[in-house]
Amino acid sequence: MLATVVLPGDHEYPKCRTKRTSYEWYIPKGILKTSWMNKHLNLVPALVVLFYELDWDDPQWKEKQSECATKVEIVRTSLQGRNTKVAVVLIQKKTPLPPGEDLVASERAATLCNSCDLSGKSLFVLPHTDHLVGYIIRLENAFYEHAQTYYYTEIRRVKSHKEFLNKTTHQLLFVRHQFKIAFFSELKQDTQNALKYYRTAYSLVHELRAHETNMLEIKTMAGFINYKICRLCFQHNTPLDAIAQFRKHIDLCKKKIGSSDLAFEHAAWMSKQFHSFGELFDEAIKLGLTAIQTQNPGFYYQQAASYSQDRKQLAQQLCQAGANYPPSELGDIQTGGLDFYGQRPWRQGHQSIEPPDAEKEKTGIWTLQIKERDVPQSELIIALLSNAVAQFKKYKCPRMKSHLMVQMGEEYYHAKDYTKALKLLDYVMCDYRTERWWGLLTAILTTALRCAYLMASVKDYIIYCMELLGRASELTEEQKLRIEKNLIKVLMNDIPDPEPECDLSSEGVARSLWNDRMASAGSKLLTIEVQDYIPFIQCKAKFQSPSFHVDQPIQLQVYLRTDCPHPISFNKLAVILSNQEYNQWCVVECAGQESMSLLPGKPKCHNFSFVAKTEDVGKKIEMTGIELMLGSETGRCVFLSWRGAGGDAASTHEALQASRSSRRWGRGMEARRGMDWDSVTMQHSTMVISRVPKMSVKLSHQPPALNNEMYCINITVQSQEEVVAKDVKLTAGLKPGQDANLGQTTHVTLNGSTVCDDTAPALLPDVPIGDLKPGERLERCVYVKCVSTGSRVFLFHVAYSIDSTVEGRQIVCKCHKDETVTIETVVPFEVSVKFVSSKFEPLDRVAVDIPFLLMTDVLSLSPWPLLLASSSLQLLTMNTNTPQLQSQMQEVVLQTDECASECFCLRCPLLANSNNTVATGQYLISWRRKSSRANSPLIQTAVTLPHVILESVPLYIHAELPSYGRVRESLSVRYHIKNRTSLVQEVEMAVEPSDAFMFSGLKQVRLRILPGSEQQMLYNYYPLMAGYQTLPQLNISLPRCLTTNTHSLRRFLPQRIFVKPQGRQLDDASIAAA
Amino acid sequence: MAVCIAVIAKENYPLYIRSLPTQNELKFHYTVHTSLDVVEEKISAVGKSVGDQRELYLGLLYPTEDYKVYGYVTNSKVKFVIVVDSSNTSLRDNEIRSMFRKLHNSFTDVMCNPFHNPGDTIQSKTFDGIVSGMMVPPG
Repeated sequence: MLATVVLPGDHEYPKCRTKRTSYEWYIPKGILKTSWMNKHLNLVPALVVLFYELDWDDPQWKEKQSECATKVEIVRTSLQGRNTKVAVVLIQKKTPLPPGEDLVASERAATLCNSCDLSGKSLFVLPHTDHLVGYIIRLENAFYEHAQTYYYTEIRRVKSHKEFLNKTTHQLLFVRHQFKIAFFSELKQDTQNALKYYRTAYSLVHELRAHETNMLEIKTMAGFINYKICRLCFQHNTPLDAIAQFRKHIDLCKKKIGSSDLAFEHAAWMSKQFHSFGELFDEAIKLGLTAIQTQNPGFYYQQAASYSQDRKQLAQQLCQAGANYPPSELGDIQTGGLDFYGQRPWRQGHQSIEPPDAEKEKTGIWTLQIKERDVPQSELIIALLSNAVAQFKKYKCPRMKSHLMVQMGEEYYHAKDYTKALKLLDYVMCDYRTERWWGLLTAILTTALRCAYLMASVKDYIIYCMELLGRASELTEEQKLRIEKNLIKVLMNDIPDPEPECDLSSEGVARSLWNDRMASAGSKLLTIEVQDYIPFIQCKAKFQSPSFHVDQPIQLQVYLRTDCPHPISFNKLAVILSNQEYNQWCVVECAGQESMSLLPGKPKCHNFSFVAKTEDVGKKIEMTGIELMLGSETGRCVFLSWRGAGGDAASTHEALQASRSSRRWGRGMEARRGMDWDSVTMQHSTMVISRVPKMSVKLSHQPPALNNEMYCINITVQSQEEVVAKDVKLTAGLKPGQDANLGQTTHVTLNGSTVCDDTAPALLPDVPIGDLKPGERLERCVYVKCVSTGSRVFLFHVAYSIDSTVEGRQIVCKCHKDETVTIETVVPFEVSVKFVSSKFEPLDRVAVDIPFLLMTDVLSLSPWPLLLASSSLQLLTMNTNTPQLQSQMQEVVLQTDECASECFCLRCPLLANSNNTVATGQYLISWRRKSSRANSPLIQTAVTLPHVILESVPLYIHAELPSYGRVRESLSVRYHIKNRTSLVQEVEMAVEPSDAFMFSGLKQVRLRILPGSEQQMLYNYYPLMAGYQTLPQLNISLPRCLTTNTHSLRRFLPQRIFVKPQGRQLDDASIAAA
Repeated sequence: MAVCIAVIAKENYPLYIRSLPTQNELKFHYTVHTSLDVVEEKISAVGKSVGDQRELYLGLLYPTEDYKVYGYVTNSKVKFVIVVDSSNTSLRDNEIRSMFRKLHNSFTDVMCNPFHNPGDTIQSKTFDGIVSGMMVPPG
């Protein structure tokens, strides 16, 4: 970074004084000249560059060269005595050749250097061509080097002075030289060394002999150096060093107050130190430094503000004296235009311990004191505080922020900007209130009350008075008495007494403002929301009970208590309810002149009661607010208004503490002495509920319900009312709010004579029953059909209306009595079905056109006896094999777990379609509970029979044989073999020999059967043994049809036959023998 | 020796504050109140790592120009704050710790009193005595 200034060639630079060669007789007049820093920053250059347009091959080279040399000479003369470097830049139109190639150029460059007395390093060429930026950057670097060399020599020069100095007379110069070295180092952009020299300078400053006359100078210089050190530390990213340096600085300087008459000056200086450091810190943060909650610029701004406050106080004390001084005598003392930093204008350059002119000194001090009076102290303080607030907000210090805002508010109060003061104080008051710091709240309220008084803001004044009289206030009894007196004055539309510690001048203004307020007709009525404050009147209200029956009067109580020292009277108390029609019953107003009063600390209870409207049954009545009127129409009416059932900002916590308290055990005793305020709990709402019914509803039934049956529930309603119950209505059925599917599968009807259909509803609403006289009884049956199993809740709701009198008012009350019952629905019986062959062997597939058996089992699951009235089959594809299908179940009673079985012989005809799975049909059972009345309807339960898999048999064989045989008696067996295919079948048949039989007939035969025709084979079997005997095995094979073999055919044939033993012949001989 | 000793409830309202009667009492109230910012921050910083055994002593909360404020938080989140004059360099960290420990013990005794309702302000002569012992003798 280079600071560059464009100046004309003949610019006059500051003259250089002749350098001192010896310091022997020199006595320095001060530490640092006020002009020095500006001179080296802005006036004296490190390098002067002369820009001259000249090409190497310029035709007028000679002339131009000498002109350039003259210009350089002019600059040189002007800079006589300085080490400032001079350089020349030739601005050329042509692109230069690479170095060494242009011989003309190098020759002319040498001559130019010679004539200008320049070194080769100080001559540059700036071709005005394409790569301008690149050339400029290179030039800049070259200039930077030259400048650094300049500052290096300057540092060397200042350092060289050191050997001439002696410690007794030149102490000031030690500081000055170190400071200059450091400053030059900084200009040289050597910040590390700069920091080092500044540190030495800092310690040297504090080695100076300090006395009252030079204290300001020392502090000023110390402040400068400290600022530089801190800044460099932050720049080097060593913030801890900066903070440590600053702390050291403050600790060293804190006590260096200097002249006690100008103590405010010291406070101002301290404030400035903190302020500057805060700014440095803040700047460093903006450049990326991270600060923390406990170390952020806010603390420094806060401290700066604190010193400003000190300054203000000191100024107020010290500047009283100067007030009477005639201003004309002060004219000759000018402040400003100093030669040295931190000196007094009336004795510049004076370094002796005693002031040279005591009179002048006095005048000077007075002048400064008078000037101090014009300083906008509060503005300065507020600005610093608001800086601090912004910081603390950023670093999560809400309480610190609040504290500073209080200070700001107080400062605005001192600056007489009461509106702003109140705004700030109001804002933070709430924080202190919720955190329950009563001491601090009281202090803030006191200031706020003063503001409100001085502004004559009636509403604010009343609010602050109320809170200062309240239980959170930590004021003394005396102060409270005074405030209450003032409050009463305001209520009477009178002017309150001024607050103590208000300044006299403002009081006059306030008084006239109050007079205006008194006179103005408006604003006599004030409503104050007190819920969020801690007012001096506490209010709690409650409904006696969380619910009231409509035929009872609703009772509510309002408890009031005051915390102020004197009794306070009020003129009206009103409770506002959610239904405004009731409000008229909840008002108490004083009659005539007599007002109601509250004694300090004595709770007072007001009772209200009213009768709810019958329309409000089932509704909630809520307290929406409570209003208490203080004052009267003649003076000022102030309505204190609570939302809901009262309470305030502190009451929740108090209630909690009271509930925790161990004292509650002893509350019985306290209750006798009087009401315990803390134990009063608020109840802000109540329900109006219907009158208690005096009606009994009884249910009788026999659970569980059976699926699909008409389940009978008997309801007995008996009135126990003393008067006639009118419009009795019954609602019966499924209780709403259950599974939606239940609504679809439940049907309720009053008609039990037939089975209801699906159109019957799940809930029968409002079945009129008529009137019921006292004591009268009524019965009804309700039939429920549950299509699905599971448990259901049924509701029986009897509603009626009745005339009643509450507190002399006639009302028609609607009452209802509910009865619910949970009923389980179960399956009445289980039906199982199986297909078996004519040999009672289970079948997995059914052969077409061959008879088989269907067997059904009905197993009762009902806990109650079931009556099975009849059963039937509804066949789809099957035919019965018997001419008339007759049910075997007629009027059968099944007990629990009993089973009823049936058997049907069926045959499946040949079907046209090739489907090999067919539906069989349905099995229908008509039944009812055994216990139900004889005329109650029968329930048809249909059981879908399983599908059967069909198979076709190519060859069917069946045997025709007697049911039993007898030993040694021939029995004839005829086998029918039927070809069911459309092909001619060749059949090989053989009968295997058997031990139990002799037989006659073809033992082995081979025959052909035409399509659709039948072949009969007759055998005569002659049993040899008695008992169950296996018939001789018939082996059949079909060579043409390989799928059918002996085994598949054998299933159609009987395996065994029972053979009876040979009976003794009842011949004549034996009879004769007998 | 301390110039102000305070006990703050879990909900951050004061249970006990005692400062040197010679000095501006209100200022100490503000000092203690503002120090709660740092206490809260320190507590919440610990809360993040679960199962971390927190040290009750929080150390120096923040230095003001004139005072040093130290904090201590019991497991039930009751805070103790001790304010010490900045010029008092004789007090070491260890001594502050032992002051807090003493205070905590005495506070525990107060809580053990069956007639004391936790959450109420502390009104105990013994506690007063312990606190007085830790304060600079006025004058």
